[in-house]
Order: sequence, then structure tokens, then C-alpha cells
Amino acid sequence: MNSVQISHITKSYGNVTAVRDISLSINSGELFALIGPDGAGKTTLFRMLTTLLLPDKGDATVCGLDMRKDWRQIRTISGYMPGRFSLYQDLSVEENLEFFATVFKTTIQENYDLIHDIYVQLEPFSKRRAGKLSGGMKQKLALCCALIHRPRVLFLDEPTTGVDPVSRKEFWDILSRIKEQNITIIVSTPYMDEASRCDRIALMRNGSCLRTDTPEQICASFPHKLWSLKGKELYQLLLDAREYPQTYSCHAFGDCHHFIFKEENDKADDLAAYLRMKGHEDVLIERLEPSVEDCFMDFGEDDQ
Amino acid sequence: MNVIEVRELTKKFGDFTAVDKISFEVKEGEIFGFLGANGAGKTTAMRILCGLSKPTSGEAKVAGYDIYKQAEPVKQHIGYMSQKFSLYGNLKVWENIRLFGGIYGLSDKQLKEKTDRMLAVLHMEDKRDTLVDSLPLGWKQKLAFSVAILHDPRIVFLDEPTGGVDPVTRRQFWELIYQAARRGITVFVTTHYMDEAEYCDRVSIMVDGRVDALDSPSALKKQFNTTTMNDVFYSLARKAGRGE
Repeated sequence: MNSVQISHITKSYGNVTAVRDISLSINSGELFALIGPDGAGKTTLFRMLTTLLLPDKGDATVCGLDMRKDWRQIRTISGYMPGRFSLYQDLSVEENLEFFATVFKTTIQENYDLIHDIYVQLEPFSKRRAGKLSGGMKQKLALCCALIHRPRVLFLDEPTTGVDPVSRKEFWDILSRIKEQNITIIVSTPYMDEASRCDRIALMRNGSCLRTDTPEQICASFPHKLWSLKGKELYQLLLDAREYPQTYSCHAFGDCHHFIFKEENDKADDLAAYLRMKGHEDVLIERLEPSVEDCFMDFGEDDQ
Repeated sequence: MNVIEVRELTKKFGDFTAVDKISFEVKEGEIFGFLGANGAGKTTAMRILCGLSKPTSGEAKVAGYDIYKQAEPVKQHIGYMSQKFSLYGNLKVWENIRLFGGIYGLSDKQLKEKTDRMLAVLHMEDKRDTLVDSLPLGWKQKLAFSVAILHDPRIVFLDEPTGGVDPVTRRQFWELIYQAARRGITVFVTTHYMDEAEYCDRVSIMVDGRVDALDSPSALKKQFNTTTMNDVFYSLARKAGRGE
């Protein structure tokens, strides 16, 4: 069953096309991520799916409800956590939660089991004003408020942007637990390494959807053989590797570079000899499996 | 030679110790990664080193100047950029360069030369008259970095410069960092991308206001008996007692 069905949606602001002819179907109970950098169109897409914005063209349904006609019902079954903190700063933690529960005609008690895991960490601060909470705590409160009416679909817009790796991992652990409650989760992120936590992902750039699939399938369909280059002088190695005539691309990836030959049958030995001649005595070249980030970067490698 | 020397630097807000007796040095031309969990005290420490906030106790010299007595010369010899505030969006590219160059006291002749060279390096010659707001984030950040080092500072402080930037532009940004370091500019950078930690000569990791680890990425990985900086970060930051 499709929880969210998007067909050919387009949205422009003046002469900027924020979302360009996007079609997606997201299954019920799926943990689905829109992955892409700033300006990819993720937020605009979320605003349309949560009925806060109408598309110029195209249609979408959320749990079978039409975004144009049934917007009232969509709002009652959706939970939305925007990228910018948007709770009431002057209300306490408890008051914010109470407010959102009341607006959705429910009570904290009724759905407390759903947020219990997250809310226990907030309970010591329940009387504190939301505006006085730390960033991590604000984020957890916002998630509780988005969940308190037990939505069928949860929209989370960049919940982990600017968050350190440890807190990011914690947040994804929380999402995995919410998923077990049979809530469809659609989350956006600029971090490619978060793809592995999702059932399926859509890679987005400049308003378009480049690819939609499981992270494994996206990596499996990478069209090149990928090699890793390691050496002592990494930056110089990068510059020299790019000068090699048979180089298709070479990108820095942490402690190594990811390298692709123009022709698949090119030999790593020849590249090693060339790099040694350039003074990289210690160069180490090995085969490597691509990551989602490799795949993302490969889309549009030609026009960059 | 050290361009940053920090001894027992401490900053308290009421009874909360944001920065707790940190000590370290940064060498000239080094790319120094300043990592830590949210709330570990990185921004507070960085603001002190930029001369924007006075420490409660301890000593620090930046570019040879004492941060207590010579905060103004400190500001003249550093560059700074953050993810949030970079440039004036409602000014054109050339106007931003003119504004910041003027603030740092560059002559018209210097400004013209530097503007031309900068736009050529960034492949932005045709964007001279474009409003900064209408540039993609990645371009803004590359431009903001180039503006931050326009006056050839001894050190440039970068606060999460690549957050939300696409993977290709993120790497181009780091090439600008490498080029600046080769020119002798010391780079002091915070990031949440652990692959970027690998690009640093040395990395410090702050936990609960303290510097709990400081070494080259390869030495840190050896010390923590792991193969990734992500694991190093994880094993340190997981122990943190305080939230943000």
C-alpha cells in the first residue's frame, strides 16, 4: 500500500524552480529519506505534502487523501517537524506538548507510550520554557510534539543538520523505534552516510530527483569500478592523480581518494607506477565498493 | 612556530563551566580540526580566540597577541567565517569584497587586484554583479572563505563551513583550505563531517569543556585502536556528561 503518492509535482518561486517534476511513491510503514544538499528542494516538497503550499503542477495523496481537496484530513494524520525550531518558546516543555495534544483533540496520556522513550529525557526540564532548552533537547521536544497525536505519516525536515555524529546516531535509533509503531517516516538530510539507516532513499539535487531505490541497489548500480588511493601526502596525491591521462575522476574521501579510470580495463599497476614517479613512493591502490556519496557525486559528474 | 598558544583557558557562565582549563598550541600553516559534540564548548572557545569574548581565567595568544590586552590586533590578524553568517546577501559579490576589504584597510589598488584574482580562482568572473543571496550555498561558502582570507590573515577560523553543502562543492571548499594552508595561512576549523577530520594535520576533540584528545588523525586512530575518525569521535563523545 502506498502511504504517500506524488505524481509530477512542480513548484516555482518566481523564476526559480524549487521542485521539478518529482514523482515518488512511499510505502506504508517505510522509513524513507530525501537526501540532498541545501537547495535540492526537500523543504518545498515537505511543505506541499503537509498542505502548507500548493504545487504549480502535479498531484499528491497522503494515505489516499488528496492534497488539494482533503487538506484538513491530511493535517490530522500527519506529524511535521520543520527544519527551523517552531514550538512556542514562551511555553514550557509540558505546555507545548499539552498544546499540540489539545489541538489534535487528544491527550498526552492517550499516546504517551509512543513518546515515552524520548520524553523521559525531557521530563527533568518539563517546567522549563522551550526557548531555554539546548539544541538537542529542543529537537527531542519537537519530535514529541509531532508524534503526540499518533500520526500515520511523520515528516521530518533535516532533523540532524548541524548535529554531531553521536547525537545523529541517537536520533536515527529513535526513528527506527518509531518505525516499529507502523508510522511511515519521511525524513530529509544532507548527510549521505545516513542513507544506510533507511529502507529507501531519493537522491535529490536542484529540485530534481536523481534516483529512488534502496541504498544497496543504488550502490550496486554504480556504473564504474572504484579504486581507493592512499598515500602520505594526500593533497599532492590528489593533484597528481587528476593529472594522470587515464583519470575519469578522483575525489578526496577522508583518509583516501576515490578514483575512477576512463576505461574500465585500465591497469592499477600503471597508475601506481605513474604516481611513484611523481614521488608518491608509498602509494597504495585497492578496489573499493561505492558508497551512496560516490553515487550522488557521479550523477552529473559530466557537467561539473 | 606557534600562531595559537592556549594555557589553562577557562570560561564560566555563572556556575556553568563552558570551557574547562584547555591547553594547546597550533603551528603556523597547520590545518587544525577543532571537533566536539554539540555543547562541548567549541564555539565559546573559538569566540575567545577571536577576541570576541573574555575568558574567566587562563592565557591565550593568537598571532602573537594577548587576547586580554590586545583583542583589537588579534581581530586584525585573523579571518573568520561561519555557516550562519557569511556575507551580506543583499549586496552584490563585488560589493561584499569591497566592504570587507575596506574594513580590513586594503587600498583601492590592492582591492582591485585581489578581487580579480579571487573571482578568477573561484571561476566567478561573470558573477561580479550578482546579489550574494541568489548564489547557491556552496558558492556562497567558497566566496565567504575567500573574503575571510582577503587581508592575508595569519589564521582563519572556520565554524562548520561545509554544513549542508553538496558533496562536490564540499570537496572544492577543502581544496581552497589546502591552498590557503600552502600559502602559510593557519586554518582552524570545526566540522561534523568525520571525513573532513581526516583532511586536518591535527585534530582536537572537546568533551564537556575539556580537550580530551589531540593528535594527527592517524595517531588518534592508532591510540583508539580503530580505523575511522568516526569511531574515535564516538568513543570520546559518548562519555560526555552534559548535553548542549
